[in-house]
Amino acid sequence: MSSGTAAPSQATSTSSISVTVDGSRYTDTVESRTLLVHYLRETIGKVGTVIGCDTSNCGSCTVLLGTADDPGHSVKSCSVLAVQADGANVTTVEGLAGPDGSLHAVQRAFHELHGLQCGFCTPGMIISAVDLLRDNPDPTDDEIRDGLSGNLCRCTGYQNIVRAVRAAGAELRAQVTEVRR
Amino acid sequence: MTTVQDPKFTEFHDNDQKPVGFGRMLRKEDPRFVRGRGRYTDDIQLPGMLHLAILRSPFAHARVLSVDTSAAEASPGVRLVVTGAMLAEKGLAWMPTLSNDVQAVLATDKVRFQGQEVAFVVADDRYAARDALELIEVDYDVLEPVIDARRALEPDAPLIRDDLQGKENNHVFDWETGDEAATEAVFASADVVVQEDIVYPRVHPAPMETCGAVADFDAVEGKLRLWSTTQAPHAHRTLYAIVSGIPEHKIQVISPDLGGGFGNKVPIYPGYVCAIVGSILTGKPVKWMEDRSENLISTGFARDYIMRGEIAATRDGRILAIRTNVLADHGAFNGTAAPVKYPAGFFGVFTGSYDLQAAYCKMTAVYTNKAPGGVAYACSFRITEAVYLVERIVDCLAHELDMDPAELRLKNFIQPDQFPYETKTGWVYDSGNYEPTMRLAMDMAGYADLRKEQEEKRARGELMGIGISFFTEAVGAGPRKNMDILGLGMADGCELRVHPTGKAVVRLSVQTQGQGHETTFAQIVAEEIGIPPADIEVVHGDTDQTPFGLGTYGSRSTPVSGAAAALVARKVRDKAQIIASGMLEVSVADLEWVKGSFQVKGDPGKSVTIQDIAFRAHGAGDLPEGVEGGLEAQICYNPSNLTYPHGAYICVVDIDPGTAQVKVRRFVAVDDCGTRINPMIIEGQIHGGLTDGVGMALMEMIAFDEDGNCLGASLMDYLIPTSLEVPDWETGYTVTPSPHHPIGAKGVGESATVGSPPAIVNAVVDALKPFGVRHADMPLTPSRVWDAMRGRATPPI
Repeated sequence: MSSGTAAPSQATSTSSISVTVDGSRYTDTVESRTLLVHYLRETIGKVGTVIGCDTSNCGSCTVLLGTADDPGHSVKSCSVLAVQADGANVTTVEGLAGPDGSLHAVQRAFHELHGLQCGFCTPGMIISAVDLLRDNPDPTDDEIRDGLSGNLCRCTGYQNIVRAVRAAGAELRAQVTEVRR
Repeated sequence: MTTVQDPKFTEFHDNDQKPVGFGRMLRKEDPRFVRGRGRYTDDIQLPGMLHLAILRSPFAHARVLSVDTSAAEASPGVRLVVTGAMLAEKGLAWMPTLSNDVQAVLATDKVRFQGQEVAFVVADDRYAARDALELIEVDYDVLEPVIDARRALEPDAPLIRDDLQGKENNHVFDWETGDEAATEAVFASADVVVQEDIVYPRVHPAPMETCGAVADFDAVEGKLRLWSTTQAPHAHRTLYAIVSGIPEHKIQVISPDLGGGFGNKVPIYPGYVCAIVGSILTGKPVKWMEDRSENLISTGFARDYIMRGEIAATRDGRILAIRTNVLADHGAFNGTAAPVKYPAGFFGVFTGSYDLQAAYCKMTAVYTNKAPGGVAYACSFRITEAVYLVERIVDCLAHELDMDPAELRLKNFIQPDQFPYETKTGWVYDSGNYEPTMRLAMDMAGYADLRKEQEEKRARGELMGIGISFFTEAVGAGPRKNMDILGLGMADGCELRVHPTGKAVVRLSVQTQGQGHETTFAQIVAEEIGIPPADIEVVHGDTDQTPFGLGTYGSRSTPVSGAAAALVARKVRDKAQIIASGMLEVSVADLEWVKGSFQVKGDPGKSVTIQDIAFRAHGAGDLPEGVEGGLEAQICYNPSNLTYPHGAYICVVDIDPGTAQVKVRRFVAVDDCGTRINPMIIEGQIHGGLTDGVGMALMEMIAFDEDGNCLGASLMDYLIPTSLEVPDWETGYTVTPSPHHPIGAKGVGESATVGSPPAIVNAVVDALKPFGVRHADMPLTPSRVWDAMRGRATPPI
């Protein structure tokens, strides 16, 4: 009995893509089969976005995929081809802090409420939370848990993450109120 | 848009935050992690770096007849293809395990589990490496596998380890503890004897970051640098030196940020060795990063104990003795990470928190055609299994006696005045005050009201269960006279250096995987020497920079390395006192330490701060007679005993009678780990461990079919809890310090993983009481609970 007789995959067709990541524009030639997460990590060095599984379950690789006008929505970048992001606007955890380095309210809340330990799920979790709070600025705890159910965490038992997202939501609502004034 | 520069989260500000020393201090690690600036192994990119991928066996048991790599070698971007036969020529086809067995790096003669490493490819990128794997052709002669551990020792069972000289069966070891005859005598005369078969199924720690390495062998320097996902970088370095012949001072193991470990990253895996070989042979840095399926199918599993528990008691509920017989499934290679003299880890603490007259355990371990492992997933060296056994069998006794399980436990606790308490299996518990911990948990849960609610619900046909687990842990391995890993004593080093301006660096031999050492070790040193934690840098994980020690697992960091950090700070403080006496021109005895400075007794106006002293230690002017310049010290701490934290957990579940779905509605966890360095971090450790418990009790299992196919080899099948399966945890604490620890602190990281599964299972079984159920095995998935409700409960293996 033998194994490993599959025909070789020589599919190495390439495309040129242009994508804006965390406010900077990149133009690269990529293989068609290159996953967005590998493009982000290995081609342009955005290693803040990480890989935790091979079946699209864990959400460690979550980024925002949008356009120039719209921040878009969270996607698992392990399940998107880099070529599909051509022309898109991608936001990773590395692009959330303000130009002066000040943390986004969600980042800050994760720190202040101990919503992370090893930090590996954190980039994807924070991005998912940012997306969740845009869709639903004042979520209940159940809605937060539901909204983050595509992001696995092995360290925190989720509770402090839920608290952090709730606190960040309150903070972001206060910021909006401030703007309206 | 207006930005608020300083968001406030006043709702959650904690009053016990202290500027210096113990208390709720936010983590120093967080700023990099929340910005995506952590540096994990797969983030390492080196010039010219190549990528390695491993070909794995599709069969559980098969002879390897031939491996044809020619097509793979011709594949674009491929630099190197290596088989077991090639490694055998260099004497590297096999490597020692942490249990004095050997494990195949790449299969030569046979494959012995599905997912075993057979060959590897090194290529320009990870895609090319994976492409080439498809082109390696392996001829296998498939053999009958041994999957059911119960059948491993049958005379006609296929022999798995024919590589071992003289090996004729699948027996690994026998082990026993306690007094068999005395236990037999107690059982023979007891009013009540209860027996139950209790399985702790095979599960997997599944850290979010899988295992991986970047090996960089520099032939000019003769130096190997290895970034790798290791919880024990120094022990790994020593093993690499012994196996490879590269001298130890020419090996630098760097464990960067780890995306969780949970015991998965203690052993040395074939992939690390392959990366080293790949780098030596290509002269380039080589990265190996496994994917999730590889992690689940081939790296260290946890548990897999098939236990028969027996308990003897008087009719009025006085527990007299516990006896157990265990069949341990160790997989194809004995890779258990445990102190050498403890092949069953610390399973001997199965007597739990109770004052017994006798106890006995007999264990047999066997080989099967499965991945190696056993000790992992926050087990504290098999204490998960020990605590599960005792807390389940005590509940079976409560069921038999029709007695409240809380009352039964309270009646049998070891009493505070009995500590230090030697168990019937020879473990000396350092301290404990169990009843207040239990009472606090019962108060927090509203235990009496819960039982009332349950009674009302039962009358309406609703299924509600209340489960209790009261556990005693044993963590902080350990005293070097009897605890070592492959001959390396389980002590830990610590170095503290105070810079001229009063800032400090502390270097540890342990390695955090998220437990917050960079914060808490700064707090320990701060508490002792009065330098604010913000001014203390914690260095760990780099064997060139840190003192030797055995790493982080078994919740040993606080008991061993935490003790070292406190003592090294005291050593520096003693020297500082002598320097201070010179500066203040008084005798050493005339000085008193007021955190952060030495004052002349009776004259608080005359004092020098630790920062003043640091500058003087490095500065101009004479120091007292015999005092060297500088302000630093080092220590290697050998603990005199383990620490024995304890806890009382109460779980409330609701079961849908129509679907048999279990919902954990409430979980109260009261832990006592002695002195608490950082309550916020302890609470986070507990939350994580309780979630492990929900996973193991209700969802997780690495199962196999009869051909040895692994049925839990991806996150599609190996289910770990999401935010939806777990409740808001309710935590509390009591404080019973460890008398032998310099700051009275005990370990705690694994307590919740150890203590929570029995609470959840006890709750489910309690809910099923109307169906006459006395025991049901994990994982309590809807189908398994459904079967139990219909009297068809079967073991999962």
